[in-house]
Amino acid sequence: MAVSIDEAVSPGPVRDHTAPAPRRGGRGRSVLELALLVVLAAVMLFPALWMLETSIKENRDVYAIPAKFFDFTVTLDHFRDVFVAPGGGRSAVSVSFLNSVVVAGVSTLLATVLGVPAAWAYSRFSVKAKKDQLFFILSTRFMPPVVVVIPIFLMYRQVGLIDSKLGLILIYAAFNVPFTIWMMKGFVDEVPPEYEDAAMLDGYTRLQAFWKFTLPLLVPGIAATAVFALIFSWNEFVFAIFLTSSDDVRTAPPAIAGLIGGTTVDWGLVAAASVVFALPVLIFAYLVRKHLVAGVTLGAVRR
Amino acid sequence: MGTVAAHGLRKSFDKVQALDGVTLDVPDGSFFVVLGPSGAGKTTTLRAIAGLEKLDAGSVHLDGRDATGDTPAARDLAMVFQNYALYPRRTAYENIASPLRARRCSSSEIAAAVDRMSSLLHIERLLQRRPAQLSGGEMQRVALARALVRSPRAFLMDEPLTNLDLKLRVEMRTELTRIHRSLGATFLYVTNDQVEALSMADQVAVLKEGKVQQVGTPTEVYERPANRWVAGFVGSPPISLLACRAEGDRLVGAEGWTLPRPRWTTAEDGRALLLGLRAEDLSVEQRGDAALPGELYGLEPLGDRTVVDVRVGTEILKVKARPTVTGTQGERLQVTVDLDRAHLFDAGTGLSLSRAGR
Repeated sequence: MAVSIDEAVSPGPVRDHTAPAPRRGGRGRSVLELALLVVLAAVMLFPALWMLETSIKENRDVYAIPAKFFDFTVTLDHFRDVFVAPGGGRSAVSVSFLNSVVVAGVSTLLATVLGVPAAWAYSRFSVKAKKDQLFFILSTRFMPPVVVVIPIFLMYRQVGLIDSKLGLILIYAAFNVPFTIWMMKGFVDEVPPEYEDAAMLDGYTRLQAFWKFTLPLLVPGIAATAVFALIFSWNEFVFAIFLTSSDDVRTAPPAIAGLIGGTTVDWGLVAAASVVFALPVLIFAYLVRKHLVAGVTLGAVRR
Repeated sequence: MGTVAAHGLRKSFDKVQALDGVTLDVPDGSFFVVLGPSGAGKTTTLRAIAGLEKLDAGSVHLDGRDATGDTPAARDLAMVFQNYALYPRRTAYENIASPLRARRCSSSEIAAAVDRMSSLLHIERLLQRRPAQLSGGEMQRVALARALVRSPRAFLMDEPLTNLDLKLRVEMRTELTRIHRSLGATFLYVTNDQVEALSMADQVAVLKEGKVQQVGTPTEVYERPANRWVAGFVGSPPISLLACRAEGDRLVGAEGWTLPRPRWTTAEDGRALLLGLRAEDLSVEQRGDAALPGELYGLEPLGDRTVVDVRVGTEILKVKARPTVTGTQGERLQVTVDLDRAHLFDAGTGLSLSRAGR
């Protein structure tokens, strides 16, 4: 299938323009390309595939030597263990998932509520040294989290935010606000300012004009931006492992990492927890694929 | 209803001085047109009066009251934008109703007002459509209806006909004049189209590079341009300007020609002048004392008339002639000049020297 599409898109004669090789040479090359792509895909996807397999294998198949690729017994026990503790009741990992939902959700909400109006202001008003300000805002994202985590740890200890969901929410929101401002500014720039001008002449205030006329046009952009922020907060590991310790605060990434260690490792459980953890990101990435691939478009707005 | 007065408006964007002391006095009930080329500051002037642009200096008075710092809503003005700025997610009805909704009118009042406007502008069957489903002319009518639906102090219009095709533009010109008469409201209208300005305006202000060049009736601006720039900008085909100087009772051209000195000019001998001649004040068909020798350079048949390009020295004169005129390129001919209708400008300052004498 892929070969025929490839041939249809890039015809042989063009390819062989400089070096007149036999026609089969072009065909052979596209087969080679396909083979390489398959190998590459296998290498890239193997860990994910192995994780998926491990999560549905019985424990003795997990540890089997030689490794079983196909003929193993399928079980969903590991997925049960992700959510239910051995003695009954809620497992620590499932609590961490709940924490992740709360922390990622609230921090994204906060970043959106703060970032969207800021983006609007940067787009619409003449601000002194606007470019410098925007660069400064962006520059806060240049630094790797590991660099700032120690000072933040010390500050958080002073103000009592250590090992609290609020602490994580604040730091994630702080990281997401610059991103939100930058991405949303692009969306706001796309909406002609005349709508707000017209609304103000109709008799609305500046804020009403933004709220009633511009904001509804920004909803697709806000959704896309929020998903990116959500994925960042959901995946974040460094701050989470440094700033939280107790099970009822800890988010999923450090909690899953915590399953590895000790004398024995329940690989089935680790794999199942990882699958559950990866699913929301995959779903959200699928939802914003248009913005990931085709860039930013606002279909509803015509200039 | 309302008077609009702008005094000494100044505004710069980065290093560009968009408004350089613009002063306008729009009388109550007049159709006042601000005319100028693109980049002259027309739109900025309008936006400043509407309160959409913060001024560096100057004041705006509405009905005699200082409104310089007021919000757009408080100024009680309505505006039609060049690109219409119709709200994309709302129907034509909702767009027209918006100014009334903002002022918390009852829905029965709104329905009555929208009805009235839609029949005035013949858009009854478009009310449930969204802007994307409207043509340019229809969007323009809806935008006009949104402005006209309430009775503001004054209507501001920013090149509302520019995006329409020629036929529609001519139609809307008549219609706007009709609406203005029937409402008796103050219209402040911005355009770069001199035909719109001359045909619709009671008063025209000609703007160039953020400065008002001249204010007057369309006839005054056309017949007595204040400077060479206004003379060149207003009028089609454009006025021909010839370098010359006064010597005794004659005007002597830089190209060697001479004409009798017009009686009305007081310019002293030897001063560098520009003689401004409009195409309709020149003729290639009549004979007279005041004539310039030249050769035929080209013919532009325009249907109802033909513009004859005549080369005099290195200058090209535009001469309006009957559509039946013929000739071959390079043919020698005499251009008769109606000196009573000619203009003289100081070559240095560009200011008119004709005004005082007439």
